Amino acid sequence: MAVLVGEETRLCVAGITGREGSFHALNNKRYGTQLVSGVTPGKGGQDVEGTPVFDTFHAAVEQTGANTAMVFVPPSFAADSILEAQDAGIELIVAITEGVPAHDELRVYNHLQRGSSRLVGPNCPGILSPGKANVGIIPAAFFSEGNVGVVSRSGTLTYQIGNELAGRGFGNSSIVGIGGDPVPGSSFIDVLELFESDPETELIVLSGEIGGDAEERAAEYIADHVSKPVVAYIAGFTAPPGKTMGHAGAIVSGSSGTAAAKTEALEARGVRVGKTPTEVAEIAVEVLSS
Amino acid sequence: MDLLEHQGKALFAKHGVAIPDGRPAGTVEEAVAAADEIGYPCVVKAQVMVGGRGKAGGIKVAGDRAEASRAAEAILGMDLRGHTVRQLYVERASEIAEEYYAAIVFDRAAKAPMAMLSRMGGVEVETIVEEDPEAMRRVHVDPLVGFQGFHARRLAFEAGIAADVIGPVCALLARLYEVFVGEDAMLVEVNPVLVTSAREVVALDAKVTIDGSALYRHPELAELTSSAAEDPQEQMARERGLTYVKLDGDIGILGNGAGLVMSTLDVVAQAGGRPANFLDAGGGSKAETITQAVEVILSDDKVEAVLFNIFGGITRCDEVARGLIEAFAQIGVGEKGIPFVVRLDGTNDEQGRRLLAEADLPNVHTEATMLGAAQRVAELAGAREAG
Repeated sequence: MAVLVGEETRLCVAGITGREGSFHALNNKRYGTQLVSGVTPGKGGQDVEGTPVFDTFHAAVEQTGANTAMVFVPPSFAADSILEAQDAGIELIVAITEGVPAHDELRVYNHLQRGSSRLVGPNCPGILSPGKANVGIIPAAFFSEGNVGVVSRSGTLTYQIGNELAGRGFGNSSIVGIGGDPVPGSSFIDVLELFESDPETELIVLSGEIGGDAEERAAEYIADHVSKPVVAYIAGFTAPPGKTMGHAGAIVSGSSGTAAAKTEALEARGVRVGKTPTEVAEIAVEVLSS
Repeated sequence: MDLLEHQGKALFAKHGVAIPDGRPAGTVEEAVAAADEIGYPCVVKAQVMVGGRGKAGGIKVAGDRAEASRAAEAILGMDLRGHTVRQLYVERASEIAEEYYAAIVFDRAAKAPMAMLSRMGGVEVETIVEEDPEAMRRVHVDPLVGFQGFHARRLAFEAGIAADVIGPVCALLARLYEVFVGEDAMLVEVNPVLVTSAREVVALDAKVTIDGSALYRHPELAELTSSAAEDPQEQMARERGLTYVKLDGDIGILGNGAGLVMSTLDVVAQAGGRPANFLDAGGGSKAETITQAVEVILSDDKVEAVLFNIFGGITRCDEVARGLIEAFAQIGVGEKGIPFVVRLDGTNDEQGRRLLAEADLPNVHTEATMLGAAQRVAELAGAREAG
């Protein structure tokens, strides 16, 4: 087991004929992910190193049985592509694209809430289930199979934490990057729920950052619904208010969304919070070894 | 991206939100000409991104041409809480009967736009709402359905708006929502919404924030960013496609990925150092990007030491090493004697470290871990300060 992506994943990549899209699609395929098709309007009938390309998601689903989409198209086309994948019946949509307008994300989020498709991202590194499947841009070589589930708003910070765990001999069930945008398709809570019911996952690492209230909500959810140990990390203690720190969603507005408030909310609910990525790994090892 | 009052009002006018007659002015002469056109009395307002302009002397009423000239002269060049006034807005003076507050905000938590209305507008609105939260009425709008008449009516009746202006206030709210959606705004705030003695309803101020990611579909707004007052280092970084935020310490920071860079700032601060900036070189940076990033970091004179914290995924550590070596060759980094601490992990990390060892750059130290690197750079910066 693992969450969201695995051996049953049948991947279709929107933007597969682009430079980044083809590079990462083929990378995912080499890792062992079942890459079944791609979508680029106007390039239907072509192939990318043997993977068939279709004009529409509907054709790709019908002819290749795709159940997972990875969206790699430019920001101005991303909402359209996500909505198309949903309309074609794709169950899981992973949007890597950075820079999608917030109002587009709002419309997409509210529309998807009314159906059964799940969106992860945009502006996320994707999902890796070590040894099974990789959908996105996470460098799989640094991770091995194991019992730690990771959910994070940041890509490279996830690699840092994963690497610290690997250095101590621990691997991962799945690593889920939910992305750094103001309206992510999936929240910490959505992924915590999956890890809680995943038998392979024994400990969950939650990596958050400044902005919004997703960590505070996750803290409440953990207290009420999560029986597995959770170790958290929050980035952005030194971020000044009113400045966007790289991720569109990483901004302290007035006194809300600060790293201190998030840490406090988590600790108040009994979640241990590491002060550095190294300390997160140390706490995780301590919990797993006890 | 925050807009100045006059820029926000231009958007209001475009979407049919009633505003008092007004003109932007960059010089005293322009301000006087604008005042003559509008007629007296008029108001001369400083165009800066700070609240409380009136209290700080940035808004003056002028009864005639001489007063308009004196007001413009006094306000232009004035320092308002660290912002120099370079632009004015001259507006027809209004007789105030009532002041309301109206806003449409992008509510991230609720994942829906939220419309707000209060009849207690004006400078004290925040204090009033703190004491009496019921004074601010709020309603969430389904973004797929849009702002409806009932949203506006509910706000207006619940807020206790004067009966004779319910209609125009509802119309104003609907148009503010049009600005919010049509211009990809994250915030549209009007404080005060003015009811004049003639019972006209107008937006007396405009605070509009536009989503930076949506500027590609608003080219006319994208142009405004270049004219906005910006920190010179931040501008330099933006022109090079780097994400840079200036801070007030003395340790320059470069990393890849927003989360890792934020975390690096925190770890440096914990080690007793003070970060001078946030710089995300992004994913897959080539050597050239790294060289440019070093240039941006060192353009801040306060920088005493620099930390590279790279965890290579798509970014290759050998490219980062090449970029640093190139920076030493191109921009004479070595002559400044600024120490660099470099931590390279991930894709091609061994090649990167080997390149640095072979180049044998003066004052470049490699560290194996993020924590070790943060401690080292804090010590080096501290030593230079002491020396």
